[in-house]
Amino acid sequence: MVRDLSVELCGVALDNPVIPASGTFGFGKEMSEVYDINILGSISFKGTTRDARFGNPTPRIAECPSGLINSVGLQNPGVDAVIAHELPELRKIFRKPIIANISGFSIEEYVECCSKLDKEEQVAILEVNISCPNVHNGGMAFGTSPESAAAVTRAVKAVTTKPVFIKLSPNVTDIVAIAKACEEAGADGITLINTMLGMRIDIARRKPVIANKMGGFSGAAIFPIAVRMVYQVAHAVKIPVIGCGGVATAEDVVEMMMAGATAVQVGAENLRNPYACKEIIEELPFVMERLGIEKLSDIIGIIE
Amino acid sequence: MQRVVLTVAKNLPLTPLIYEMQLVGDVSGITRAGQFVEIALDGLYLRRPISVCDYEEGRLTLVYKVVGKGTDLMSQMAEGTELDVLTGLGNGFDVDYECRKPLLVGGGVGVPPLYRLTRDLIARGKEVSVVLGFNTESEIFYAERFEALGAKVIVATADGSVGIKGFVTDAIRESGVEYDYFYSCGPLPMLKALCSATTTSGEVSLEERMGCGFGICMGCSIMTANGAKRVCKDGPVFKKEEVIW
Repeated sequence: MVRDLSVELCGVALDNPVIPASGTFGFGKEMSEVYDINILGSISFKGTTRDARFGNPTPRIAECPSGLINSVGLQNPGVDAVIAHELPELRKIFRKPIIANISGFSIEEYVECCSKLDKEEQVAILEVNISCPNVHNGGMAFGTSPESAAAVTRAVKAVTTKPVFIKLSPNVTDIVAIAKACEEAGADGITLINTMLGMRIDIARRKPVIANKMGGFSGAAIFPIAVRMVYQVAHAVKIPVIGCGGVATAEDVVEMMMAGATAVQVGAENLRNPYACKEIIEELPFVMERLGIEKLSDIIGIIE
Repeated sequence: MQRVVLTVAKNLPLTPLIYEMQLVGDVSGITRAGQFVEIALDGLYLRRPISVCDYEEGRLTLVYKVVGKGTDLMSQMAEGTELDVLTGLGNGFDVDYECRKPLLVGGGVGVPPLYRLTRDLIARGKEVSVVLGFNTESEIFYAERFEALGAKVIVATADGSVGIKGFVTDAIRESGVEYDYFYSCGPLPMLKALCSATTTSGEVSLEERMGCGFGICMGCSIMTANGAKRVCKDGPVFKKEEVIW
C-alpha cells in the first residue's frame, strides 16, 4: 500500500511534514552536499535579522544529557544579504517552498524583514521568532506576553501577503494565552517550541560553560515538553501548528502530529546526525505501516 | 564529509593522558592533513571532534588527550569496538603552499595533525623543521617519529627537563632554525605568541567548542580579517594574516 505523507499548511502543500528547524540547517548548502535535500517537506532557513549579526562570544555550545545548550546569538548576514546571496543559492539546490525564519529586536525590524522576504517568490511561509528581547522594552522577549506577541503579529500581518507563523518561546507561564493572542491578531499558524532557557557550569573552572552564561536548551530531552505544549496550543487555536522540539525519529513525528501538529520540525538532531531528516522521512512509511496509518494527515490532533 | 563505521584496531597510551587510536575502515573521505573527524559516543549527545594524525587506505590514526567525558570514554575502548564517525571535516593545511623550508610548530595535543603534514611536505621535497613544545619530559610523544620521517626536530619543555627550556617561541629563537613559512597547531596563547614572533607568513589550526562540526550551527564562529568564519567548516586552519587575536 502506498502511504500518503503529504500535509498542507495554509494552502501550502508539503510532500511530507518533515522540516529542518531554523538554525540547524543553515541555508541548505552544507546539507545539500550530504544528501538531496529535495526529499524534505520544506526548510526553515537560518534566523534572519535586519542587520548582519556576528552573534555572541564563544563558547556558544554546552553539552547536556540528551541535548545541548546553544547561545549562537542569531548570527546571520542580514536580510538584504540573505535575499541577494543566500536565497539564489538555495533556489539552485531546493525547488520546494521554503519557510523564512525572521527575528527582530523591535517591531520596526520585524516589519522591515517580513515585508522584504514576503516578496521573495520561493518563500511560502514567514515564520516569526518572537523569542528575541525587545530593545525598546527593557529587553523583555516579545514572546513572553500576549500583548507584545500580538503586537508583533499585527504589525507583520499588515505588511505581508503570505501565511505568517509565529514561533513561540516555551519560557512562559501560559503558552496557550500567547498562542491565542497571536491567533486573534491575525496569525495564520503557530510554530512551537523554541529552545528552553538553560545553563551549565564547569565545576572545575567555576565558570559557566557558555560565554553568555545562559542559552537555549534543545534536543531529545525537551521532546515531552514540546509534545505537551503542542497538544495544549493545537487544541486551543483553530490555525495550524508546526511542532518542534526534540524530534529525533519517525515515531516522534507521529507523536507530535497526534498531539496536534500539522507539520514537524527537526532541530538539534541535525547537529549530531547530518542524515537525521533523511532517515526520518525514509522511516516514516514503515512506521505508518506498523501503526496502520494510511494517510499521515489523518492523525493530526487525534488525541482528545 | 562522509559518515562511516570504523573499527578500533589499537588504542594504547603514549603518555599518561595521551592515547593513540588506530581505526580501520573506509577513510577515503579524508583528503588533507589538518582535517578532523567526529565520533559519536554512547551516552553523549554531540559528537567529539578529534584531529587526524595520519591516514592511509583503510586506516586512520588518531592521537588524543583525555580531557573530558568523551575522550575518557574513548580511552577505555577495546579493540573491535565499532564507531560511527564523520570523516573529512574541515579544510586542512595548504600542503602545496610554495615554500622551501617550512617550520612546523606543535604544542602538546596540537602535535598530532603535524605528523601527516610532515609526511606530505617531505614527500613534496621540502626541508621540514619541527618544533614540539611540551610541559615536561613525561608528556613528550611522537618526537622520534617525526625524526623517522626525516624532519629536523627541536623539542622544548616548559620545565627544561628535555631540549630547550621554555616555550616553542624560545626554541625557535635559540635554535636559530631557518624557515620561510610555518604551520602550527596548539593552544591559543602559543599560536598568538608564535604569530607575533614569526616574520614569515604561515597558517594555524584553531580550536573552538563545536556543535555540529560540519558548518550548520554557527557554534564555533570566530571573527577574522575576512569576516565571520566557522572554525569547523571554513577552518580549522586559517592564515596567520586572517586571524584577529
